[in-house]
Amino acid sequence: MGLLSLAIWMPIAFGVILLAFGRDSQARAVRWLALIGSVVSFLATLPLYSGFQLGTSAMQFVEKAPWIERFNVHYHLGVDGISLWLVLLTAFINVIVVIAGWEVITRKVNQYMAAFLILSGLMIGVFSALDGILFYVFFEATLIPMYLIIGIWGGPNKIYAAFKFFLYTLMGSLLTLIALIYLYTASNGSFDILTWHKLQLSGTVQTLLFFAFFAAFAVKVPMWPVHTWLPDVHVEAPTGGSAVLAAIMLKLGAYGFLRFSMPIAPDAAREWGMFIIVLSLVAVVYVGLVAMVQQDMKKLVAYSSVAHMGFVTLGFFIFNPLGVSGGIVQMIAHGFVSAAMFLSIGVLYDRVHSREIASYGGVVNTMPKFAAFALFFSMANCGLPGTAGFVGEWMVILGAVKFNFWIGALSASALIFGAAYTLWMFKRVYLGPVANDDVKALTDINAREFLVMALLAAAVLYMGVYPKPFTDVMDTSVADLLKHVALSKLP
Amino acid sequence: MMDTSSWMTIYPEIVLLVMACVIALADLFVKSPKRTATYALTLLSLGGVAWLHAMYADAGQTLYGFGRLVVSDPMGHWLKCFATIAVMVTLVYSRPYAADRDMLRGGEIFSLSMFALLGMSFMISGQNFIVIYLGLELLTLSSYALVALRRDHTQATEAAMKYFVLGAMASGFLLYGMSMMYGATGSLELSAVFKAVASGHVNHQVLVFGLVFIVAGLAFKIGAVPFHMWIPDVYQGAPTAATLMIGGAPKLAAFAIMIRLLVEGLLPLAFDWQQMLSFLAIGSLVVGNLAAIAQTNLKRMLAYSTIAQMGFVLLGFVAGVINGQTTLAANAYSSAMFYIVSYVLTTLASFGVIMLLARQGFESEEITDLAGLNQRSPLYAGVMAICLFSMAGIPPMVGFYAKLSVLQSLIVSGQSFYIGLAIFAVLMSLIGAFYYLRVVKVMYFDEPVTATTVSATTDVRVVLSVNGLLVLVLGIVPGALMALCADAIARMLAV
Repeated sequence: MGLLSLAIWMPIAFGVILLAFGRDSQARAVRWLALIGSVVSFLATLPLYSGFQLGTSAMQFVEKAPWIERFNVHYHLGVDGISLWLVLLTAFINVIVVIAGWEVITRKVNQYMAAFLILSGLMIGVFSALDGILFYVFFEATLIPMYLIIGIWGGPNKIYAAFKFFLYTLMGSLLTLIALIYLYTASNGSFDILTWHKLQLSGTVQTLLFFAFFAAFAVKVPMWPVHTWLPDVHVEAPTGGSAVLAAIMLKLGAYGFLRFSMPIAPDAAREWGMFIIVLSLVAVVYVGLVAMVQQDMKKLVAYSSVAHMGFVTLGFFIFNPLGVSGGIVQMIAHGFVSAAMFLSIGVLYDRVHSREIASYGGVVNTMPKFAAFALFFSMANCGLPGTAGFVGEWMVILGAVKFNFWIGALSASALIFGAAYTLWMFKRVYLGPVANDDVKALTDINAREFLVMALLAAAVLYMGVYPKPFTDVMDTSVADLLKHVALSKLP
Repeated sequence: MMDTSSWMTIYPEIVLLVMACVIALADLFVKSPKRTATYALTLLSLGGVAWLHAMYADAGQTLYGFGRLVVSDPMGHWLKCFATIAVMVTLVYSRPYAADRDMLRGGEIFSLSMFALLGMSFMISGQNFIVIYLGLELLTLSSYALVALRRDHTQATEAAMKYFVLGAMASGFLLYGMSMMYGATGSLELSAVFKAVASGHVNHQVLVFGLVFIVAGLAFKIGAVPFHMWIPDVYQGAPTAATLMIGGAPKLAAFAIMIRLLVEGLLPLAFDWQQMLSFLAIGSLVVGNLAAIAQTNLKRMLAYSTIAQMGFVLLGFVAGVINGQTTLAANAYSSAMFYIVSYVLTTLASFGVIMLLARQGFESEEITDLAGLNQRSPLYAGVMAICLFSMAGIPPMVGFYAKLSVLQSLIVSGQSFYIGLAIFAVLMSLIGAFYYLRVVKVMYFDEPVTATTVSATTDVRVVLSVNGLLVLVLGIVPGALMALCADAIARMLAV
C-alpha cells in the first residue's frame, strides 16, 4: 500500500472502527482512539514531504490500479507541488479538531470523531486523486459527513444550514459531473486527468467546460456572488465543523481551479480570466466591507474567509508565478489562521454560549493567556508581516501589481479593511473593562485548549517567518502549470 | 420439438413450480403461528433456484427451448437469479411484519410469492408474446392476492382493488399492442417479428400504432408518467410486505420485458420508441421528484421516488440507437440494467427498515416516525441513510454509479438533445436530493418521539445489515457488477 493510500484510508479505517464499536458509555476510550487515529494518520503523511523530489512538476508517490474497468476508471493517486501541502494541512487540522472537540462533545462522541476522521481521509483523497471519477467520488462524499456534523452538533438553526450547505454545493458539482463525462467522451474513453490536460478542445467546448467546473468550484471556494451559503453554515456549524470547513473544504474548490479549469480549458481560462479577477476583487473589497458590520463573530470570520479566498482566486487568474504561488501559500496560511480564528471563537462560545460581539468585552482581564493567542491570530488574519497571513497576500499583491497596477492597488486596499474588521472585533471582544458577569466568570484556557492554540500559533509563526519550505515545493509545479496554460489547446 | 434440451432451458422454473406446489401443500400440516417450517423450506428452495440460475448464467450459453418459446441466456438468468434473491430477502423482512398483522394464518404469502416469482421468470425468459403475457399475468394475479392478504384492512383492500383494475387495463393495453404486432407481422415470436419489421415490408403506421400500446402497457407496469397513478396509492395502501413484493423483484422482470419486447422484438422501431421513452422519462423525472417533496408518508414518498428512478432507467433505453447505428446499444442497455439492479438492492433495504420499525398495531410509515432513529438504533439509521444517499445518487453509494452509467450513455451519443436530457436529469436529481436528505434529517437531527428500542430477529438483522452494507460496498467496488451487466447485455445483443 502506497503512502497516499495510507494517508487516505487510515483515518477512514479508524472512523469506521469508531462507528462500529464506539459507545457513548465509553466516551473516553473513543476520544483516545480518535486522537491516536488522527495523529498516526498525520504522521503517515510526513514521509510525503521528506520524500518529495524538488525540481520536477511530475506527479509523485503515484499509485495506479484499474478500478472500474468498464469505464476505464483507475484508482490513480499522486501529488505534485500544488497538492502536497494541502494533504499535510488536512491531516494536521484533523488532529487539531479532534483535540478541540475533546470534552466539548458529549453526545454521540464516536459518530462525531468518526465523521471528522472519515472527512479528513476523503479530503486527502480529493487532493491526491488523478482520475476524474475518483476525484468526483471523494469530492461529493465529503458532503455526507459534513452534512451530519452540521445537522447533529450544530446550533439552533442547524437544519437550515445543513440543507443549504448540501444542496448549494451539490448543485454546483452535478454540472461538473456532466463535464467529466463529456471529457471522457472527448478523450475517447479516459477519465485520466493528466490525459485531459493534453486534450485539444475547441473554444466553445472549453468555455462550456470552464463554466461547468466554475459552477462547482466557485460555489465551494466560495466566490462572490455564490458565497451566501458560507456565513449561514459557519454560524450554525459546531466549532470543529467550522474549522474544517474554512481550513480545508474551501480549498477543495480553489484546488479544483488549478487541477481542472486552468489546465483543461486554458484558452477559456485566459479569455475569462478578467471575469474571475473582477469577482475576486469584489470578494476582497465588498465582502471585506460586509465583514466589518457583522455583529456575530463567526459570521465576521466567515465573511473574512470569503475575502481571503478572493485573494486566492485573484492570484490564480493573473497568470504569473508570484500570483499562483501566492494563491497556494494563501490557501495554506488561511487553513491555519481560519481554523485558529474559529477555534478561538469556539473557546469563548463553550463558556458563554454566545457568538455576539456585544456579549463580550474585556475578556483579556479574565483570560490573559487566551487573549494573547487571540491577538496573535487576529494579527495573522489581517496579514501582519511575520505571520502566515502576510506571505500569501503579499505575493498575490505583488503579482497583481505586475499584472496591472490598479488591480494590485485595489487588492492591497483590502489589507486595510482586513485590519479594520479584525482589530475592531478584537477591541470590542477582548479589550476594555469587563463588560458583564459572564465575562467576569470566565476561566482561562486549560491545557488542552492551550495545546490546540499553541500548535496552530507555531504553524502560523513558522510559515510567516520561514515560508521557504512551502514555496520551494510548489515553484516547479506552478511554473510548469503556467507554461501549460500559456499554450493554446485549440485544435 | 420437445427434446430434452428444451426441458433444460426451464429446469430452474420447473424446480420452482414443483416446490411452490409442495410448499402450498406442506403448509397445511404446519402448526406454528410463525410458519417457521414453511419459511425455512421456502428459503431453501429459493436458494437452490437462485444457485441454479447463477450456474446457468455463469455457463454463458444462449439456448432456445420449445421452438423459441423461451430462451436461456446469461442476461435472463442473472436477472432471474437477482429476482429470486430479492424475493428471498423480501420474505425474510416480511415474516415478522406479517406475523404481527395476522397475515401468516396460512402460508399463502410463501406460495404466492413463489408463484409471483415463477411469473417473473417467464417474463424474463419469454421469447414469444404469449409467454411474456402469461408470465406477466401470473405475476400480477399473485400480487393482487398478496396486496389483499390482509383481509380485514380497508386500505389494503382498496389498494388491491385499485391495483387490480389499473393492472388489468395495462395488461389490456399490452395485449392489444401485441395483437396489432401479430396482425402486422404474422408472428408472435420475437425474432420473427424483428425480421419482419427489419425487412421494411410491413406498414409502418400499423407498427407504430401497435408500438404505442405496447409502450403504454410497459409504462403502466414500471410506473412511468403519465401511467403512474396507481403507484403511490398501492405502495401506501398495501401492507409494507406486499409493497416490497411489488416494488422489489418485479422491477427486474419489468426491465427484462422491456428488453425482450423493445430490443429483441422491435429494435428496428427504435427511433420511434426512443422518442416515446424520452418523454415518459422527462415526465417521470418531473412528476416523481416534485410530488415526492410534498409527501409526509414515507411509503408514498418512496413511491414517487420510484417513479423518478424509473425515469432514469428509461433514459438508459433512449440512447441505444443513434442514426440507425446500434454501436452504443450495449453500453446504453447495460447502464439501464445496472441501474435497475442497484435500485432493487437499495429498495429492499429501505423497505426492510420500514418493516422493522413497524410494530404490532403501529405501521411506522410516516416520515416523522423515523425521528431520532440514530439515537434509537445507529445501525438501522445507518442502513437507511446509506440507502437514501444511494437513491439520491451521492457517491460512494452504488446509486451514484447507476446514475453515472446512464448519464454517460446519454452523453456518449454526442447528440445535443441527449446531452440536454442528461443536464435536465441531473438538475432533477438535485431536487430529488432534497427529499431524501429530509428523511436523513429526521433520522439524525430530530429528537426521537418514542424511546422504544428497535429489536430484530437474528435473520432480519443479518440480512438487513448485509443488504445495507452491500449498497455501500458495491459503491466502492462497482466494477464486477458493471462488468456482469455489460457482458450479459452484450451476449443478448450478439444473438
